[in-house]
Amino acid sequence: MTAESIIKGLSERFGSDISDTVKRNEKRYVVTINPGSLLKVAEYLYKEAQCRFIIATALHTKRGFEIHYHFSKDETGLVLNVHVILSHENPRIESLSNMFNASNWIEREMHELFGIDFLNHPNQEKLISEGNWAEGVYPYRKEFKQTIK
Amino acid sequence: MSRKFFIPIGPYHPLQEEPELFKLYCEGEIVKDIKWETGYNHRGIEKLSESKTYDQVFFLVERICGICSTSHPFAFANAVEEICRIEIPDRAKYIRSIIGELERIHSHLLWVGLAGHFLGYNTVFMWAWKYREPVLDLFEMITGNRNSYAMFKIGGVRRDIEGAKIPTIRRVLSELKKKTDLLTGAVMDDPVIHARTKGVGILTKQDIMDFGAVGPTARASGVAIDVRKNDPYAAYPLVNWKVITAEEGDVFAKAQVRLLEMYESISIIEQCLDGLLKEKEGQTEIKVKNIPEGIGTGRAEAPRGEVFHCVFSDGSNSPVRHKIRAPSYVNIATFKKSCIGQSISDATISLAAVDPCYCCTERMAVAYDLHTGEKIMNGADIIKASAEKTREIMTKTK
Repeated sequence: MTAESIIKGLSERFGSDISDTVKRNEKRYVVTINPGSLLKVAEYLYKEAQCRFIIATALHTKRGFEIHYHFSKDETGLVLNVHVILSHENPRIESLSNMFNASNWIEREMHELFGIDFLNHPNQEKLISEGNWAEGVYPYRKEFKQTIK
Repeated sequence: MSRKFFIPIGPYHPLQEEPELFKLYCEGEIVKDIKWETGYNHRGIEKLSESKTYDQVFFLVERICGICSTSHPFAFANAVEEICRIEIPDRAKYIRSIIGELERIHSHLLWVGLAGHFLGYNTVFMWAWKYREPVLDLFEMITGNRNSYAMFKIGGVRRDIEGAKIPTIRRVLSELKKKTDLLTGAVMDDPVIHARTKGVGILTKQDIMDFGAVGPTARASGVAIDVRKNDPYAAYPLVNWKVITAEEGDVFAKAQVRLLEMYESISIIEQCLDGLLKEKEGQTEIKVKNIPEGIGTGRAEAPRGEVFHCVFSDGSNSPVRHKIRAPSYVNIATFKKSCIGQSISDATISLAAVDPCYCCTERMAVAYDLHTGEKIMNGADIIKASAEKTREIMTKTK
């Protein structure tokens, strides 16, 4: 499967859920989708297009919480970023960990550092700061101030 | 105003190799479940990176890992250069690849030594680390440092490799080839190593996809993924080399892949040295004035697998967000598959087989009884058990 056919497949199947597709170069695409359609898009990429899940990156911006799920189609060198935007008030999205184990730790990490909830995650415990970090304080949020007094 | 302090001491002695904990839950000798705790050394590098300029980030990410210290600057440079849409001079590409491959050789030698130590073969450990020394000397000659080379910058490299140094590099490589033959022979032909590593800690192709494992861990299970081939960068598309794979997915296959990869690395460096001779000395960088707005995803094949950096730029002089994923982050998770059902003494080598690098993500394992929750063994006991098992096999085969 070539990079173009994967992007074409995505737009044919999930056209109404895709709000934006940006081609940065031959091997780099950013596809912004509706958060509700994440599971079926990920299923298509993992099971049908045989893409490997690399990692996910969360950001806190003016638009809310953004997550880029990075998928790689190794044979073609394609890195596809599946991009979702979640609200400031209630950041929550379906977990991918029931589909593949690769996302288990990174979802726990995002939950811990950003306070994003992953629904149906098998074990959403803290990954990094087990037991020695205050509840409800998220160091990677923009409002978090690094103050040393 | 009085302040409250929380001073964590432990849970590990600071002299232990690295701070991380595996909890092995056992039923008799057999490992039934495994749990992992980390974060004891979390340095917040992703957050720190947001407060540095692009030039400073190179020195920061170089300090993520002491063994594969160049792989992170490599991936970061690829990410930022993707945002800038620039192509670096060929001479800089060759130098980058030479540094990357020398690092792979010394890292693989280090792993072979440690694997020998875990199996109770301390001679292999002594040999491998001895042969690694000349490689570190080469680094000192080329970069000025045995580790953390500070060679990379946006648009090229900081130091050139002068023509006068090339004969010394070639001499060290040809000697290294002979030593690699010796080491490969010692590992591949030894019936005891076969008995200890074949059929142990098997990962299937499906496991690799499921956990997203990369590098020699994936290649030993027949999944031929290598960023240097799949998404070529630096000088890798300019030289001839092949991706080494094995089908079995056990510990032996992982050792085999790493040993044979060292020959490929030596060949890549030799071809890069030929390439350097064709290029004019001194052309090692292009000037980059500013970093435009955008997203850059940079990948590099570290000795342990794919390093992934994602940089978000808003056009200022420091990244808005910088995501780093080291290969051990996905490789370590495969323990859930490779160790469960094994005996405790085999679990040690299965844990070591993915070449876990904890600075990137303690070599400490603790065995607990599944029913009582009682601690039955610590890390040193487990390594001892593994060495004893090797000695038993040795006496039987004699």
